Amino acid sequence: MKRRTKTGRSSTIFALVAAGSLVLAACGNGDSGGSSDDGGGTAGGGEEDASEVQVMTWWAQGSEKAGLEALVEVFNEQHPDTEFVNAALAGGGGSQAKQKLQADLQAENPPDTFQAHAGAELQDYIDAGQIEDVSNLYDEFGLTDVFPETLMEQLTVDDKIYSIPSNVHRSNVTWVNPAVLEEVGIDPSSPPADLDAWMADMEKVADAGKIPVSLGMDWTQTHLLENILLSELGPEAYNGLWDGSTDWGGSEVNSALTKFGQIVEWSNTDRDGLDWEPALQQVMEGNAAYNVMGDWAVAAYDAQDMTGGEDYLYWPVPGTDGIFNYLADSFTLPVGAPHPGGTKAWLDTISSAEGQLAFNTVKGSIPARTDIDAAEFPEYQQSAMEDFSSDTIVGSLAHGAAAPVAVSTAVNQAIVKFSQGASDVDTLQQELVAATDSLGQ
Amino acid sequence: MGSKFKTWGPGLLLISPSLVLLAVFVYGFIAISFRESITDKHSAAQATGRADVNLVGFENYAALLSSEAFQHSLRNLFVFTAVFLLGTLLMGFSWAWVMDRPLKGEGVFRSVYLFPMAVSFVASGVVWKWLLNSNQGEQASGLNRLFQMLGLDFLQNPWWTHPTYGILAIALPAIWQLSGYVMALFLAGFRGIPDELREAARVDGATELQLYRHVVFPQLSPVALSALIIIGHMSLKSFDLIMSIANQSTYSTKVPAIDMYNYATVYDYANSAAVGIILLVLVALAVVPYLWYDARSRKEGR
Repeated sequence: MKRRTKTGRSSTIFALVAAGSLVLAACGNGDSGGSSDDGGGTAGGGEEDASEVQVMTWWAQGSEKAGLEALVEVFNEQHPDTEFVNAALAGGGGSQAKQKLQADLQAENPPDTFQAHAGAELQDYIDAGQIEDVSNLYDEFGLTDVFPETLMEQLTVDDKIYSIPSNVHRSNVTWVNPAVLEEVGIDPSSPPADLDAWMADMEKVADAGKIPVSLGMDWTQTHLLENILLSELGPEAYNGLWDGSTDWGGSEVNSALTKFGQIVEWSNTDRDGLDWEPALQQVMEGNAAYNVMGDWAVAAYDAQDMTGGEDYLYWPVPGTDGIFNYLADSFTLPVGAPHPGGTKAWLDTISSAEGQLAFNTVKGSIPARTDIDAAEFPEYQQSAMEDFSSDTIVGSLAHGAAAPVAVSTAVNQAIVKFSQGASDVDTLQQELVAATDSLGQ
Repeated sequence: MGSKFKTWGPGLLLISPSLVLLAVFVYGFIAISFRESITDKHSAAQATGRADVNLVGFENYAALLSSEAFQHSLRNLFVFTAVFLLGTLLMGFSWAWVMDRPLKGEGVFRSVYLFPMAVSFVASGVVWKWLLNSNQGEQASGLNRLFQMLGLDFLQNPWWTHPTYGILAIALPAIWQLSGYVMALFLAGFRGIPDELREAARVDGATELQLYRHVVFPQLSPVALSALIIIGHMSLKSFDLIMSIANQSTYSTKVPAIDMYNYATVYDYANSAAVGIILLVLVALAVVPYLWYDARSRKEGR
């Protein structure tokens, strides 16, 4: 009897200890919202220390990694005295890298330079005083005349420029499976003239039991919406969405949202679980007719040995012909960078003609410079480069060119709520008005 | 004085490092979080001290609690917790009950049921993401495809993407993962009940059912309470499982921990800290009465 009670008690005690330790763990996790402003020690190094350069990117895999390697090769030739230190962090769109970067910058322990989407996404770093104005480097490297004027306008904040772009991508591209279109009796060779004509085609696809436009998770839906807005509003009104001059609550936006809602309704139901590549895969496999995605999709087609013009077609999103919805990767000079001389050398290489050529041919993007011979590039990039030098350039929301991260995050959430069926068009519009409230103030 | 110190001094010295660590890294940081949560630190400039930060009292809390979005997160959290608790307790208890009888190969079953707990939430989340694919009909895969193959088409559903009940689909893997742990707790409870009590009841003519109802179950209540607290507070903090099945923008599966993360990623440290404190209070509401009850019953010499 006595022995048994003892075991009984010890098992209760064990359970209590287990519970207690979990409770403590709970408290330990509970305060991760707090921030610590302690300054981390910045590594030594003089004013223009160029002994090394620590470069933080999210180019850790596939064509991006290969592109970075090609770039480093050029860098080592141009600046043999500076040692390149790779601080790449994997994670699509830089989601992981941005977390780490935010913590490092907050601790005043910045890398020598980091990759960031050019444009409004830099606003947070500028407001926080974490990156330097590099306009003087544009003069020093002679960049002012080689980048398109409209791109320079997009990059300039209060007469200052805070980053140098290395490559440019186009957002408003429709990827088409011609076999699916022929199957339902649409001529794939002539793209629809505008959104309404395109939606008429989509209806035919939907009636035939296929998915007109395949969609993926949050940002891919924002990506589609931004291009529908661009198609419906035109470039000027679209740009006005980001400086407060176009009313988000207006009837034109409402009609664009209604059309967006229809396209979402036709799309695949498992969208929230898919990244952009599996969503595009639906088009490759012939389950869906169209996908709207940036031109990094070319790399996905290349990886499956598919040929442009035969296995797949690409057009600007109908209604956006002559407009180039851009996003760009760029590099910065953080305040308090341990090796500013190294950073300068890196910025010199990534903005040079040789650097941009080496990097972009491999990565599948196009150079931000317009003085590079297109003949060196594969077919898709040649057409994109031609458009980039002649089209009207506007900035992408989903990829940080048009609005700060806080806005695109709030827009993503409102759109997913809508596409999951928890809000209607009017509610979505109200939520978008609230999400973009901070713009243009 | 000197002799007194000898009695409690060495003990105090021994635990002082952990006391200091706890004071700084747990309670100190809770205090810092709370301080952040009553400021208007909503932007990057304020986070780095380049713009003024003002104390705003409980404004953030009021705004959060009255916003529809956060209420939706709280509702999801309560639904999730209720189902998660009920599911694990029911499954864990019934397994333990079955295994309480002499059973061949009990060790094997025990391990089989306990194994899922060894898998991390992130790893199992990825697999469950495939299983819980929301496509139906021709495009179906995962469990929906399985239902089709079994001729149970009517069971197909959108799982975690359903705007109202999507959160219940997240409870499924959570229950799968932790039922074994609850079973282990209950099994320890069953084993802790002396055989003499059962024998005495049988001698008095109690049926098996009466035996469980009046002798065994009452003695399991401390174990049930521990399980309730452990699972309950884990559920309140759920984050990794949801993030690996859905993502940070998914409306149907949003809970406060995800809101906290979302606020932190856009430099809205004030709201992020406020959500953190709200979560802490919720967990405390679950745990503190238990600790108090436990301390009291111990004092009564139970």
